[in-house]
Amino acid sequence: MPARPGSWGGAFTVQVFPPSTNTISRVSIFGAVFFAVGLLFVVYMIFRSPYITQVNVTVDQPVPFSHEHHITALGIDCRYCHTSVESSTFAGIPATETCMSCHSQIWVNSPMLEPVRKSMQTNEPIRWNRVHDLPDYAYFNHAVHVNKGVGCVSCHGRVDLMPLTWKAEPMTMEWCLGCHREPEKHLRPIEEVFNMTWTPPKDQLALGRELIKKQHIPVDRLTNCYVCHR
Amino acid sequence: MASDRPENLEQDEHLVLAPGHTYASVTDKISSIVLTSPFRKSWIFGFALSFLLTLMLLTTITAVLTQGVGLFGIRRPVMWGFDIVNFVWWIGIGHAGTLISAVLLLFRQEWRTSINRFAEAMTLFAVACAGLYPLMHMGRPWYFYWLTPYPNTMALWPQWRSPLVWDVFAVSTYASVSLLFWYVGLIPDLATFRDRSKNRFSKIIYGILAMGWRGSAIHWHRYRTAYLLLAGIATPLVVSVHTVVSLDFAAGVVPGWHTTIFPPYFVAGAIYSGFAMVLTLAIPLRRYYGLEDFITMKHLENMAKILLVTGLIVSYGYALEAFFAWYSGNTFEQFMMKNRATGPYWHTYALLILCNCLSVQVLWSKWARTCVPLLWVLSIVINIGMWLERYVIVVTSLARDYIPGAWGMYHGSVWDYSMYYGTIGLFFALLFLFIRVLPVISIAEMRELVAETRERNGGEDHGSSHDDDDQDLVASSG
Repeated sequence: MPARPGSWGGAFTVQVFPPSTNTISRVSIFGAVFFAVGLLFVVYMIFRSPYITQVNVTVDQPVPFSHEHHITALGIDCRYCHTSVESSTFAGIPATETCMSCHSQIWVNSPMLEPVRKSMQTNEPIRWNRVHDLPDYAYFNHAVHVNKGVGCVSCHGRVDLMPLTWKAEPMTMEWCLGCHREPEKHLRPIEEVFNMTWTPPKDQLALGRELIKKQHIPVDRLTNCYVCHR
Repeated sequence: MASDRPENLEQDEHLVLAPGHTYASVTDKISSIVLTSPFRKSWIFGFALSFLLTLMLLTTITAVLTQGVGLFGIRRPVMWGFDIVNFVWWIGIGHAGTLISAVLLLFRQEWRTSINRFAEAMTLFAVACAGLYPLMHMGRPWYFYWLTPYPNTMALWPQWRSPLVWDVFAVSTYASVSLLFWYVGLIPDLATFRDRSKNRFSKIIYGILAMGWRGSAIHWHRYRTAYLLLAGIATPLVVSVHTVVSLDFAAGVVPGWHTTIFPPYFVAGAIYSGFAMVLTLAIPLRRYYGLEDFITMKHLENMAKILLVTGLIVSYGYALEAFFAWYSGNTFEQFMMKNRATGPYWHTYALLILCNCLSVQVLWSKWARTCVPLLWVLSIVINIGMWLERYVIVVTSLARDYIPGAWGMYHGSVWDYSMYYGTIGLFFALLFLFIRVLPVISIAEMRELVAETRERNGGEDHGSSHDDDDQDLVASSG
């Protein structure tokens, strides 16, 4: 049978797809692109978000220790408690004895300090919850940073203003490398390392470059793998 | 016309399409495999068997992910075993598909028409199997995405000097371009399936896949351009992908690996093993689905000729490897060759020469090239031989290299074998599904072949009425 002019030859007497399919297919093409790109962007942002890096999130502690009170109100130097920060890779968490050097006389009946007293009695250390927990394949060295002029604030934020401790920086490798590539942006004079309120001068870059020379900081080698991942 | 008769008879054995075919008969024959025939027992049996093997593959992957990559037989000094051997083997098999569909298209070889579709499908499924190995041979496969360049919180990027990083790009580009090429080729056929499907469900499925193909002149013009461009892109891709794979070895310093002949020799080997696999698949396919009219002796003979040519190139590669080992005057290179021929793995090398160099010599004879059972057996022998080639290159070079104190032996563990047979299962499972749901031969291109054959015969057709024919064309391409 010859095909009638204008007919669909019988095959298409009933259309398979209604006209609304036009809209659906157009939307699905554009939507798929935006959806895929959007999804990638969301995943990427999640990995940078405080949800993953836990920046600005306070961590519950057995004793609600306030850095703000002890530093700002009482004027205690960082090194009173974190004794090994200038000499050791690990800054150290103070032992119960350090707390009790004052709290055996002050606030002796405070229920807040009960875990400290109990620790003293039972000789069991307080289980503080770590806020800055680097993975064990990254070997961070506190002493070298402190001795080369990296202030506490540069990495830990204004701890003197923290009622409970939180992470001020993401501690990602990207963040570490940012400073290892351009330390001049963050360096300060050695004597200002433990100064919480030191603000960088207007010519920070000039100061930083001078400090790099003065402290013999090997900027060209600071991003080699072995520096951290030993 | 009587004077033409002897010539025609003489031509018969060179036909890429049996005489007497029309647009309708070609379309009927190919689409009936999917649209009208019931499930065949042989199909169900084949699919069930390959699906069982696929389950074995999944078991192996689960075991290796949970227990560690040490389940495989790799031990120092041979840290690349079956994983890499099979990776290169599968990738090599994939290359014939692209060669048939792209390179033969550029050379305007008519005989590619009836084999290109399943050869391309073969490429895709072989690449799918190959792609598993680089993932699974990693100690920590869940970090595979570190091989891709993306701005991460570690400020780290892949090492662009490593051929293994190039592999990621070569294989993923190859997979995506092959998929695109295959899909573009399928669109007119999917439209035919859409129009010929009897039930609404498959009309919708094929209709979505055909993306509104109406077969207009503009469609066809753009389709041709796109197809040709893709063929032009795929051709250097085939060559470069297997070159990159060969550089995994040639960029190393190991005697037996650091050989500059590897890139062309690997590509020739890929085409060799790929065409062998096409024959392994085409011979049962044409027999069980009665496609002898489309996949004719001409196809089989041409493929046999390509086998012979690439087999000779590969043999030349072996000869040169041996020659340069001697000619280099380098102790380690000379020992490498001696170790291959007389060391603990001598039997793999001997079998390799037997399978790849000697067996293929029978194809000099026309009788052998047209003897279907022989071709089928030979194609399998070559597949085995090409597997042995990769085994010899990877394993024997690593087992005994510079420091005798670090010599060792490698044997595939049970998990090596289960992974290998598992990927064979995956390959065939995908292939069986493909046979059942998509046209194994490009219908649109076969119709073109019908038209060309007709034109060549001066508009005379072998006995069918033009009216029926043209109406079918209108109906089936919408």
